[in-house]
Amino acid sequence: MLEHYLSLLVKAVFIENMALAFFLGMCTFLAVSKKVDTAIGLGVAVIVVQTITVPANNLIYQYLLKEGALSWLGLAETNLTFIGLICYIGVIAAMVQILEMVLDRHVPGLYNALGIFLPLITVNCAILGGSLFMVERDYSFAESVVFGFGSGTGWALALAALAGIREKMKYADVPEGLRGLGLTFMITGLMAMAFMAFSGIQL
Amino acid sequence: MSSARDVLLDPIFNKNPIGLQILGICSALAVTSKLETVVVMCLAVIFVITGSNFSVSLIRQQIPSSIRIIVQITIIATLVIIVDQFLKAYAFGISKQLSVFVGLIITNCIVLGRAEAFATKNTPGLSLLDGIGNGLGYSVVLLLVGFCRELFGAGKLLGFTILPSTNDGGWYLPNGLMLLPPSAFFIIGLLIWALRSWKTEQIEEEN
Repeated sequence: MLEHYLSLLVKAVFIENMALAFFLGMCTFLAVSKKVDTAIGLGVAVIVVQTITVPANNLIYQYLLKEGALSWLGLAETNLTFIGLICYIGVIAAMVQILEMVLDRHVPGLYNALGIFLPLITVNCAILGGSLFMVERDYSFAESVVFGFGSGTGWALALAALAGIREKMKYADVPEGLRGLGLTFMITGLMAMAFMAFSGIQL
Repeated sequence: MSSARDVLLDPIFNKNPIGLQILGICSALAVTSKLETVVVMCLAVIFVITGSNFSVSLIRQQIPSSIRIIVQITIIATLVIIVDQFLKAYAFGISKQLSVFVGLIITNCIVLGRAEAFATKNTPGLSLLDGIGNGLGYSVVLLLVGFCRELFGAGKLLGFTILPSTNDGGWYLPNGLMLLPPSAFFIIGLLIWALRSWKTEQIEEEN
């Protein structure tokens, strides 16, 4: 049983890395990777939000939306999966808002460090993507906790790694047209190729 | 106030959402291994972005600014659900291939970005054009990437053989890398390089 969760965790972090294998959260990934410090701050925020929202959405899916989930209300045939999208994004937006208020009240240091990135997590596709993958693969509650944590960690690791490389790139002489965004794409491509070496690993 | 023509045509090359504004990149990379999925994805995005821009602009006087993001997200999510249900009903195979990426149009930053930056400040007519323009700018990049990846990766376009591959007795040895995800990064990187060599004012400052 434990091996199953461990394998799921390794798979979520490395093999099916949100950023480098599915390209989720790319906009923030490319925009916020200029400095290692901010990258790590954002990474931590994503891990926290992802670990909370994926299990929360799992509960909503299991007990409200799935076909037959409303049988305790006497509505055995109701299938509400089609409004799933709007529920998940609502949960994510609400979670981010709550997290923002809690951090502001109790951990002002971290709150100030994260700044604008916290609200931006709402529109980070890695978060919504995590919930959608969870539904598509029909994870149980425990699995969804592991998957949420793993996929958040994988994304954060990739972001920190890219930020490290980009800080070193400052000393390189880059062709004018490639400067900035163009070269960042190339680096990410190379990183994605490196991460492909993980594919096929089983625990 | 910019003219209607500029609003429609500017996003295609001068202010391309992917090339310059770094918006909507996730889906640009993930769905481009075949041209067929690219076309469906582009149509879906054009529909959603046009619809959301138009609706947000229509009610822009009524939305209190403190809750505008959640209102915009709700409008976008509703439009995406329509697209998702439509695809499931009429193109189930493609809907399966696109998997979560149809749902991810909600968090596609182009849609929210245009609603926030343009539709909240302009008339419905102009917002409609801006939506179409940005949808087209996004589609141009996606179609180019999808074209390169399918042509060089499988020797086919939309399923028709263009370069007969060695497996079928032809002369073209398919480049397997093109079908793998990282190739999309390289192609977009090269596209941006080409675009910025042409439009030199888009080159980023040295920092």
